[in-house]
Amino acid sequence: MFIQQLVNGLILGSTYALIALGYTMVYGIIELINFAHGEIYMFGAFAGLLLVTVLKVPFFLAFFLAMALAALLGMTVEFLAYRPLRHSTRLAALISAIGASIFLQNLALLIMGAQPYTFPSPVEAKVYQTPFFTISRLEIIILIFSFLLMIALTLFIQRTKIGKAMRAVAQDKDTASLMGININQIITVTFAIGSALGAASGVMVGIYFRTVTFSMGLMPGLKGFVAAVLGGIGNIPGAMMGGILLGITETIGAAYISSQYRDAVAFALLIMVLLLKPTGLLGRPVQEKV
Amino acid sequence: MLRIENVSAGYGSIRVLHQINLHVNEGEIVCLIGSNGVGKTTTLKTISGLLRPEEGRIYFRNRDISRTPPHKIVEMGISHVPEGRNVFPRLTVRENLELGAYARKDKAEIKRDYAMVMQTFPQLALREKQSAGTLSGGEQQMLAIGRALMSRPRLLLLDEPSMGLAPLFVLGIFEIINEINRQGTTILLVEQNAQLALRTAHRGYVMETGRIVLDDSTEALLKNSRVRKAYLGE
Repeated sequence: MFIQQLVNGLILGSTYALIALGYTMVYGIIELINFAHGEIYMFGAFAGLLLVTVLKVPFFLAFFLAMALAALLGMTVEFLAYRPLRHSTRLAALISAIGASIFLQNLALLIMGAQPYTFPSPVEAKVYQTPFFTISRLEIIILIFSFLLMIALTLFIQRTKIGKAMRAVAQDKDTASLMGININQIITVTFAIGSALGAASGVMVGIYFRTVTFSMGLMPGLKGFVAAVLGGIGNIPGAMMGGILLGITETIGAAYISSQYRDAVAFALLIMVLLLKPTGLLGRPVQEKV
Repeated sequence: MLRIENVSAGYGSIRVLHQINLHVNEGEIVCLIGSNGVGKTTTLKTISGLLRPEEGRIYFRNRDISRTPPHKIVEMGISHVPEGRNVFPRLTVRENLELGAYARKDKAEIKRDYAMVMQTFPQLALREKQSAGTLSGGEQQMLAIGRALMSRPRLLLLDEPSMGLAPLFVLGIFEIINEINRQGTTILLVEQNAQLALRTAHRGYVMETGRIVLDDSTEALLKNSRVRKAYLGE
């Protein structure tokens, strides 16, 4: 039973981790909580759904196309809602983010309506039985995809020139621009990658729970944010760890306390971490700049 | 090579520079001296594009760069070593240096310059894989200068290279600045240590509260009674 919950938590957590990465990357670069990120996740799910059901695109291709489309949307949101406010107060950008979130959600409501859509399953519902837990073929695929994406991101950040530039911009924007790095370009890339990962999560969760709705981004968006803060916002390995920890805590809380309290457990965990270690699990202590 | 004409600049509503004029010829070391807070750093930031002039023009190799963003200015051949050795603390020494060559695409040449920087600063070679934040102040200054050289600049802007360093280190850094210049890089040096700056540079400008008040050859400035009184402690 316990191991089963761990496995379930790991699956849920890996989808949270993908969302959390988008929050943490954007925060790391421009210190903004991108509250429209949950809607990017929702958009990804819809994009995947429409590609598969209306345009009859094969699942595998639709998955990556949905990521690409979400990347475009993320770049557009940054360009229209955040870039003009780059030199204003942080609160202004935050309010704009909330506005973008409300706008995108209502746009989805307007276009797709309020009814839930059913995502057809891409794989046959085969379940594997081990002595300690059961896992479905779909769950295995979700785990593999999530971890491959996280590994790919880590390699990209660590090994490529753009990844190095992203880390430099996160540490010191002015000095980074003196290296010849185009800051706006790096911010655009960051939004694109974060949004693509969020969309990947959206598509997989849409398939997993078989439903896609205009409001599906709200709760996972918040959970992804919680996961990013848990791990230490701005910290990429932290977001992965925070997501998985949150998923496991939530599943175990739901199993042993009450499934009614699923979300309460998640947010209680956030409050606890913030009380005990305000910078998050892997966060660095904040240094006041003089 | 560099010509600043009637440039005023500042931060928001606070104006720091008032119509300054300054030029740097190819091959020179020019120093800009003055006490704390008179606008020396602001001058460099305005040249490298971190600040936009509110009025006036800046020309580099006869091209107007007054409105050019910093990353484009780097590509044109100006490299700015900011005050306080702003290395990227959580990147390794190697990554810091590689970022210095970010705007370049000639891989083989970058490799050669990398080897050259390692030769100039042997201490850095020992710490290639260490994160830059763990280096001593002097080593960070070397890294910042080495990183700037990685862009192969025509003009190097140095902001207070002696700040916070042990005297022995300071001499070493200035030795290297001379060497960089001998190899053909033009240098604009901002320095509070006027003695050292005037002995290193060919020409100098003296700045007071956002204005250039004196400019002359460094020999003349070293003999100038006003300079001797205010900056050389006589």
